[in-house]
Amino acid sequence: MTAFASVAAEPVPSAAGTPHGLDLRINRLSRQFGDKRVLERLDLTIPAGQFVAVIGKSGCGKSTLLRLIGGLDQPSGGDIAFEGRNGPPADREAIRLMFQEPRLLPWQRVGANVEVGLPARTPPAERAARARALLGEVGLADRAGEWPAVLSGGQKQRVALARALASRPRLLALDEPLGALDALTRIEMQGLIERIWLEQRFTALLVTHDVAEALALADRVILLDQGRIAFDLDVPLPRPRRRGSAELAALEERLLTHLFAG
Amino acid sequence: MSLVERSAWFRPGRGQARSPSRDPAGGRSGLARLETRLAGWVLPVLLVASWEVLSRWGYIAPNVLPAPSAVALAGWQALKSGELVHHMSVSTARALAGLLVGGVIGLVFGIANGLSSLSHRYTDTTLQMVRNVPHLALIPLVILWFGIDEEAKLFLVALGVFFPIYINTLHGVRTVDPQLIEMGRVYGMTPLTLFRKVILPGALPSIFVGLRFALGIMWLTLIVAETIAASAGLGYMAMQAREFLLVDVVVLAILIYALLGKLADVLTAALEHRCLQWHPAFHTPKS
Repeated sequence: MTAFASVAAEPVPSAAGTPHGLDLRINRLSRQFGDKRVLERLDLTIPAGQFVAVIGKSGCGKSTLLRLIGGLDQPSGGDIAFEGRNGPPADREAIRLMFQEPRLLPWQRVGANVEVGLPARTPPAERAARARALLGEVGLADRAGEWPAVLSGGQKQRVALARALASRPRLLALDEPLGALDALTRIEMQGLIERIWLEQRFTALLVTHDVAEALALADRVILLDQGRIAFDLDVPLPRPRRRGSAELAALEERLLTHLFAG
Repeated sequence: MSLVERSAWFRPGRGQARSPSRDPAGGRSGLARLETRLAGWVLPVLLVASWEVLSRWGYIAPNVLPAPSAVALAGWQALKSGELVHHMSVSTARALAGLLVGGVIGLVFGIANGLSSLSHRYTDTTLQMVRNVPHLALIPLVILWFGIDEEAKLFLVALGVFFPIYINTLHGVRTVDPQLIEMGRVYGMTPLTLFRKVILPGALPSIFVGLRFALGIMWLTLIVAETIAASAGLGYMAMQAREFLLVDVVVLAILIYALLGKLADVLTAALEHRCLQWHPAFHTPKS
């Protein structure tokens, strides 16, 4: 086991062999803002531990879907069930969201920012050490005492990732978290997210507008169009995936065709 | 002096790599640091010096404006008699008491109206109306209510400092990044934690702006109130001196006001520096 898992050990059944991830069933989910229907009776089932990428043109409802799953917004109709039960899971710390912006508290040092994500019941004496271990996991072990303002964009997003992982979530929802990063930092972050996902096996839901990113990371890519699922594609390729391989290129081609067909 | 100017001035000295006063951590010479600290005082010192010279040459009549040395002498005498310390402590106590009362009320209303639209709907209009009445216009009324006792000064100072603190706190609370508030909610912060960790620190830079304005208004109000109606304090001392045509004491009182104002500003700046360490504008440059 890695240092990360031992530090963040929570009373979750992952050790017993049952999946750590949260399974998710979305049933006829609708959301409208005024007259505009953003999601239209959307059905989606995600098994525990799956890495799902949601892509689509801007305004297709992908962020709204994520906000509904994360509990930031209420549906106009339909429901979302976690592990077969409707409504948000009893343990609110089981779902974590990572935003497009790092959203670090500028007046808290990096370590304290990660502590924000720790479960509320963490004893105060352990918080700082756990935050540091989490920072170590994202490669920023020595930056715990810095102000967020001195970090680069990619580093800030890594701190945000450490914060999101601090409660050892069973579902991690990522809302274009790499959208604002430069291409190289992006590839690095993708590798980091994939590695941590492989270790922890939470259910991951990644909203992105980058088809290549979706294919590099996800087990399954869902294409949203006008509030409905337009295309659902399994990506059965082994990991780590080689960028620019012929299989990925073929899948990308198929997705792009669907994307521009609608 | 800006950084650019400073480096332009002192770069040649650094190149000679022998000055023992050079700060090894910052690379800035001791001389440069001294210059930074003293720059603000060059102009006042020059003004006082030319004032002294002009007085001695007889260009300024002593009954219009006594020489700085005469003012200093008057200051020394007042200090020796204990009179000055007495008046200064009375004035300072009034200023701080008024600031505390008015500041706390302003802070509470600012936070309440920033957080709750209900509270804002019901109180903001009233507060804005009251704000537009110059509080010094209330002096006759205040004298009728409280006489010339401490309450009168406390009331006026509190009223004066209330508004800048209220308005800036309100603005600060309302402009806290909504994304951070959303983040706090998603990460399960209780309302109290959210306030303590997100809203209050986010509003703090703005609250400090309010505090600085309030300090200026605090002294202004106090001077006017003490000049009109008081039985102790710096303003009272100045008015007494006027009765006896002691121009030097009048000037002394005015100078002390200036120094106290500067002192208040320095203390706020230090507090700001401590509380806003995280803010890029307050980062102490590293080597």
